[in-house]
Amino acid sequence: MIPIDLIQKTAETLMDKAAIEIPEDYLQGLQAAAKTEDGDLSSFVLEAMLENYKAAKEDGRAMCGDTGTPRWYVKMGNDTRIEGGPIALEAALRRATANRTDGVPLRPNRVHPLWRTDHNNNVGIGAPEIEYGYEPGGEWIDLITVHKGGLFGTDYRMLFPSDGIEGIKRFYLDSLVAFGKRGLACQPAIIGIGLGGCKDTCMVLGKRAACLRTVGSKNSDPKIAALEDEFKELGNSIGMGAMGFVGKNMVIDCNIEVGYCHTGGMQMSVHAFCLSSRRAVARVFADGRVEYRTDPDWFTDYQRRETVDWLEGAEEVMA
Amino acid sequence: MKPREIRLSTTPSAEDIAALRLGDIVYLDGLIYTAREGVYMRALEKNANIPMELPSESAANFHCSPAATIRSDGTFDMGAVTATASFRFAKWLPEWMAKTGARLIIGKGGMSSKDYKEYFVPNGAVYLSTVGYGTGALLGRGVEKVEAVHWNEELGLAQAMWVIRCNKMGPFIVASDLEGNCLFERENAKIAGNLARVYEGTRPAVLKRYGETDDRSDEVIG
Repeated sequence: MIPIDLIQKTAETLMDKAAIEIPEDYLQGLQAAAKTEDGDLSSFVLEAMLENYKAAKEDGRAMCGDTGTPRWYVKMGNDTRIEGGPIALEAALRRATANRTDGVPLRPNRVHPLWRTDHNNNVGIGAPEIEYGYEPGGEWIDLITVHKGGLFGTDYRMLFPSDGIEGIKRFYLDSLVAFGKRGLACQPAIIGIGLGGCKDTCMVLGKRAACLRTVGSKNSDPKIAALEDEFKELGNSIGMGAMGFVGKNMVIDCNIEVGYCHTGGMQMSVHAFCLSSRRAVARVFADGRVEYRTDPDWFTDYQRRETVDWLEGAEEVMA
Repeated sequence: MKPREIRLSTTPSAEDIAALRLGDIVYLDGLIYTAREGVYMRALEKNANIPMELPSESAANFHCSPAATIRSDGTFDMGAVTATASFRFAKWLPEWMAKTGARLIIGKGGMSSKDYKEYFVPNGAVYLSTVGYGTGALLGRGVEKVEAVHWNEELGLAQAMWVIRCNKMGPFIVASDLEGNCLFERENAKIAGNLARVYEGTRPAVLKRYGETDDRSDEVIG
């Protein structure tokens, strides 16, 4: 049984970490980009960003004033039990979100869509989102918080098999150029692409590809991994850099995730996880151990399974 | 070539503004205030009295909601400040500038050259863009003091009018000038030549979107 107090305490630490500390994989990606950048203005921007991450960490202040819309991804092993059950878990995550919005402080971005009511704590109807995943075996819970910006850089399109890879490329470029101009997407970004699923799952896949995979990670399907490399290069050959200034760095990495879709369709979504790619992860064990990390490690073989039954898992249970 | 760096007052003279060139890097000293849709609607549509002396106290309107909180003793904790995209406020800006004498509009992404020519230039105003976007911690370091928060009760923390004393707050980039030129449009034009080559071999989608265009000089703003 995992103690609920420990979950809330860990969640609060994660809120701080996400807001303040740029994940190492993104930092290294941006440092590499800064080395290759030769546009005067885009170089200046990248150097300023690197300085900004340092300032945030030194001062313990949020790296960006728009602290996004904090949300949670929760994953647990098949044997996990939580003190107070799932209701207590959700309450703990909502409390952590509210407490640290005030504590860091974060910007209280979340308002009612019509009445614009602001509770000043990033909590409200459906906020923060809490999404779940499970893994075969183990008694642990992964708490993942993502503070993604929420206004520009994301788009969805219903494509069809006849659109082919050329159509996918076209929509990818359209999305990058449309939101890259003036830097609305806050690039260079981790670009996540969702392919397939249904309209809603396509958006979910793409968002997770952007937010839950690290810079340098590869899709386990080698042909999709090759496409990721090709798309990264394509995005960086537009000639556009940070803030839409002339430059070579638009895409720090491109991650693609797929889901089975309607036989007639080829849904596609594009998401940009920005210069403040804020995510933080911790695994909490029943014995009270907490291990912090920055890689959500969300897309396991189990998450990408294609079969009816999970045979590896079944074997584990029997053994 | 490294961009030029300039210290600028938030109540700048006409000469100070005339000396700014597209792409200059600016650091601000003096008072700035945040005002976005909440403040504009309250001041311009509901005709509430603006709780500051403008522009004598400040001619610098920041399109921003800070990551900040009001402590229980009434003092402020302001960590990071980052701009929000300005094009959405074009509807209110001409009246706001006429009413408040704002000469520095600070935000994200700039406006169109049409906006600059129509009401920035006649008001002797220019646009300063934040950098990144998201040098929120660096800008936060430029906050010397939060002087006041107006209309918090009416608008909430994110939309309230925050009055901030800045000390070398920056960096900002000069994104328009007194001729109405637009830095972002200049950069778009430089990149445009390459777009046809990058798009080569791609295909327009089978299912069109109503109202869709393939004109790549188009922008999603304005």
